[in-house]
Amino acid sequence: MATTTTAPKLKTHVGERIRRTEDPRLITGTACYLDDITRPGMLHAAVLRSPYAAARINSISIEDALALPGVKAVYVGKDVESVGGVPCAGSMPDLRIPNHKILAGDRVYYVGHPVAAVVATDKYIAADAIERIEVDYEPTELVSDPEEALQEGAVKVHPEYPDNVAFTFSQEGGDVEEAFRQADVIVKEKILVPRLAPLPIETRGVVAEYDEGAQELTIYSSTQIPHLLRTQLALQLNLPEHHVRVIAPEVGGGFGSKCNVWAEEALAAFVAMELKQPVKWVESRRESILVVAHGRAHVDTLELAAKNDGTLLGLKLHILCDIGAHHQLLTPIIPTLAVLMLPGLYKFRSFKADLIGAFTNRAPSDLYRGAGRPEATYVIERMVDKLAAEIGMDPAEIRFKNFPASTDFPFNSATGLQYDSGDYATAFNKALDIVDYKARRAEQEAARAEGRLYGIGISTYGEICAFGPSPATPAGGWESASVNVEATGKVAVMTGISPHGQGEETSFAQLTADALGIPMDDIVVVHGDTAKVHYGIGTFGSRGISIGGSALHLALQDVVAKATKYAAHMMGVDAETVTFEGGVFSSEATDSTLTLADVALEAHLCRQLPPGTEPGLAATRFFEPSNFAFPFGAHICVTEVDKETGEVDIQRFVAVDDCGRIINPLLVEGQIHGGIAQGLGPAFQEGVIYDDEGQLLNGTLMDYSIPKARNMPWIETDRTETPSPVNPLGTKGVGEAGTIGSLPAFVNSVVDALSPLGIEHIDIPMTSQSIWNAIHERSRT
Amino acid sequence: MPRRVHVQTTINGEEIDFLCEPRQSLLEVLRDVLGLTGTKEGCNDGNCGACTVIFDGRIVTACLVLAVEAEGKQITTVEGIAVGRELHPIQQCFLEGAALQCGVCTPGFIVAAKSLLDQDNNPSEDKIRLWLANNLCRCTGYDKIVRSVQAAAERMQEAR
Amino acid sequence: MIPASFDYSAPETLSEALQLLGDEEAKVLAGGQSLIPMLKLRLAQPARLVDLDRIPDLNFIAEDNGTIRIGAMTTHHQVESSDLLAENCPLLAKTAAHIGDVQVRNRGTIGGSVAHADPAADYPAALLALEAQVKLVSASGERVVALDEFLVDALTTSLEDGEILTEVHVPVEQAGVATAYRTLIQPASGFAIVGAAVRLGVSNGNVSFVRVALTGVGSKPYRASAVEQALEGGPANAEAFAAAAAHAAEDVDVLSDIHASAAYRASLAAVQTRRALEDAAGSA
Repeated sequence: MATTTTAPKLKTHVGERIRRTEDPRLITGTACYLDDITRPGMLHAAVLRSPYAAARINSISIEDALALPGVKAVYVGKDVESVGGVPCAGSMPDLRIPNHKILAGDRVYYVGHPVAAVVATDKYIAADAIERIEVDYEPTELVSDPEEALQEGAVKVHPEYPDNVAFTFSQEGGDVEEAFRQADVIVKEKILVPRLAPLPIETRGVVAEYDEGAQELTIYSSTQIPHLLRTQLALQLNLPEHHVRVIAPEVGGGFGSKCNVWAEEALAAFVAMELKQPVKWVESRRESILVVAHGRAHVDTLELAAKNDGTLLGLKLHILCDIGAHHQLLTPIIPTLAVLMLPGLYKFRSFKADLIGAFTNRAPSDLYRGAGRPEATYVIERMVDKLAAEIGMDPAEIRFKNFPASTDFPFNSATGLQYDSGDYATAFNKALDIVDYKARRAEQEAARAEGRLYGIGISTYGEICAFGPSPATPAGGWESASVNVEATGKVAVMTGISPHGQGEETSFAQLTADALGIPMDDIVVVHGDTAKVHYGIGTFGSRGISIGGSALHLALQDVVAKATKYAAHMMGVDAETVTFEGGVFSSEATDSTLTLADVALEAHLCRQLPPGTEPGLAATRFFEPSNFAFPFGAHICVTEVDKETGEVDIQRFVAVDDCGRIINPLLVEGQIHGGIAQGLGPAFQEGVIYDDEGQLLNGTLMDYSIPKARNMPWIETDRTETPSPVNPLGTKGVGEAGTIGSLPAFVNSVVDALSPLGIEHIDIPMTSQSIWNAIHERSRT
Repeated sequence: MPRRVHVQTTINGEEIDFLCEPRQSLLEVLRDVLGLTGTKEGCNDGNCGACTVIFDGRIVTACLVLAVEAEGKQITTVEGIAVGRELHPIQQCFLEGAALQCGVCTPGFIVAAKSLLDQDNNPSEDKIRLWLANNLCRCTGYDKIVRSVQAAAERMQEAR
Repeated sequence: MIPASFDYSAPETLSEALQLLGDEEAKVLAGGQSLIPMLKLRLAQPARLVDLDRIPDLNFIAEDNGTIRIGAMTTHHQVESSDLLAENCPLLAKTAAHIGDVQVRNRGTIGGSVAHADPAADYPAALLALEAQVKLVSASGERVVALDEFLVDALTTSLEDGEILTEVHVPVEQAGVATAYRTLIQPASGFAIVGAAVRLGVSNGNVSFVRVALTGVGSKPYRASAVEQALEGGPANAEAFAAAAAHAAEDVDVLSDIHASAAYRASLAAVQTRRALEDAAGSA
């Protein structure tokens, strides 16, 4: 039934500023997030948490709580012993993984440690019942500070271990001792990278429901990794994986904090199975800041060896990572990424890094946007600036001097990574041009003559993303995609990634629209439901488009090949003679055309297909990358510091980023903007504060400060586009670049502003008080 | 157990009544009792703006208003910003300008920005940034949000 | 983050409200922007809330005989946007514009804020510089007390059980007096780390009138008398302002917390006072 159609010339979608297809539901309040879900007969859970950083639990009295009308159950540690512990994916030979049960046993190890759970008919009763649980705690000695934790004779966080070392990791490349012997100059610094609260605006939450007849457990969770969560829950609850369905509804931000497997997820599942009623648990903001694994948490000690002409020779780094009392999913792995990316964009000849993870009586630390790379980039960019100041070289010049040339790629870094592609000098030059670097330096000279503190901060960053080849990742680095052209000609795309703001419903529809020559409106992108999509790894590590998109690209190629074969048969010609453009198959020989919809219908009706042909027009593919991808860029920040108050006025922020081939510039800009805000936050405002008793002192949004509209400058963005050779799309990834690249630019700018006072470094967050302190101490001495 | 209170109010132009405990916030009643889940909880202590609604003509955080205080008031939530299927210019500009990512803060921004534009059709960049300072967004860095508010202001001026 | 249970009353007259407050477990709700978070943390667990929002007599701004009376339930937004105040008491209007954020200013009230006595609230700086008074009403009568006496310590006032703060009184600003408010805010909460309010009259280059008050510095906002004394009658110039402002935190037990050390606060007190003096002098 060949029809002749003149298809409208569809514009290409890839590379265009296409509006986000996600947005109509989000701007009208009709999207369904976790807390918007209700189920018939749903109960509400609340968690009682330890007020002590270290204590023995002598007894827990739950009778009063149970007596409250509407309370269905109260669980303590011994009730949930059958549930497996919270998983950790580390693999160091000396890794110590303490027993991490979903509710505390006879000890608590950090403030916020879950001790008991109440389940009630509504959340008000649950909150009232929590108050009625009496726990007899016997506070014990504790250690809150990671440096203290490693001192001889320190209090042991876990009495079963002889010290507080959770793991160690070392790496060396080249002859670092020789490099230091040859050095004209050695610069040293101790740099603190404080704990950061990831703070997605939507907190964590779970709804668990158990269908006893079907023996099917359904978990709605605000997660970035529905399939990995399903696997882990199946293990924790000893269920076959096919009896567990995980659904990630609309997810209100993750930034790594929801790329985890949390005690409360297994707890809710356990409750739903025990009580045979659906149950909801939604975290409060206080719980979120208190216990959702903090990022960073480094104490870094660095030594950099160089020639007087600015040639970088060698680098030594010691990382002390405060991992808290327990591991979460990726806790031990994250700081190793900092080691790997330590050389940044530079041709170091040698390096040596030692990493030690220390147990403390604090909440676990784990991944947060950038995960290891912001730490690495921050310290190397600070050290390069410090070296430049030491030898009296312009910080721009020293960077140009040490970049590999664009012809050096693939470039082998000192830590053994192979950077896929790059042209660092071009991106950097572009940023310098936009900010008009020479003019800014002239302006700085004039400002300094007036006694004003004016700074220009540079960061040239590189990062590792698009995780990644499976042998180098803890839980598989591949991704899946299915494309189904329905009988009506509409297309469903199923992806194993689980976007939560990145906009891949849009970018995947763009790829599909171009490959199949159909309008985006005819495409739906399905994700985040293990019952609907093939197993996938999830969304984190800037992997969505490069890995998930590449899987989609392969599936789309298969669909086109299959459809071409069918079309050729329908038109009675050889497949090789059929062209496919704009959604239309054409044969010059017979002067006939078929639309994709025509072919899809036939593929379903199967009346004219050749014998032995597989019905349907669908394909599923998996993609495994050959390497990571390595985005890069240059960020430049111009600031002026108020000498009297320590306040910083950010006058310019220029970001030139190269994330490989770009599918949608609107989405890329959004990721860069938001990433930069998460660099500005730690630069000036963020960081959880613990006291010696292990109490978190700034656990609300009244005290923990994240950037607001009034704190952010306009971001001047531009880009270069250097395709990656490691995936068929040539994309790299952009979810973390802004966060990684911007922090050093902010800090270098302020240090540059303060440098006339002899200030060489200032730790983050550079609050107005800490800047004032630095100035004040200088002016006193 | 305190007596439940009968409250009569107007939400998105519709007269509505409900029963609530005095301790329930307006946010909780909107979401859990009335099913208006577009208004989001982000902090429950007035510091994130995700639950911003218009309350007798001015924006408030619905988590810091008790539902019983709504007696006789006029309330507009994100569900009441579009007229039927016709988006408000601020929604249209958020859409065109990609002023959102995960979207959970977006209802609060839409409501706050709409209220700003209702009283100032040509706000300066500074005014926009200050007006929106209690609406936290962790995804966008606010750049596209502020630009979209500016675009909506221009569009609303042209429409006049 | 869910309050303990309580009952709720919304009386329509002050006498009814006073009667309800006779129950000592009752607490006044006056906008709730500080009280509701405390209820959610169960730091306050009253048996009953008495909401003043329905009492029409408590929401007004009026002037007679050189005194401006502001009803307790007047919102920060109403203060900020009042033409009467912009004309006759600009310091109070501009201070209100600094409070918190738009949402808080729309719901929070001047009476609620003053009675809550947060040591970092913005209002007290302006109100002390204005030598404001508050009117307190109880079932047995009423009294008018100076704000300085009303504020006792952080979160503590001389409000008696059964008493309601119904009005705040400020004077009509004198001719020839210019005002300014300078603050450095704690970025998370928007509260002042230090706020300095200044009223300054200059004639023939000399300071003829000066009032300076600070908030955020100590556990109680205060008049900086040492600054005033240093300036009174002397030259109104940058050197004099700087020298006088150096006394801004004199004899004050300066607060220290995670947001600002005592040394930083004391330094800010001097800087913001000097800048506020310069602002006022510049706008005169």
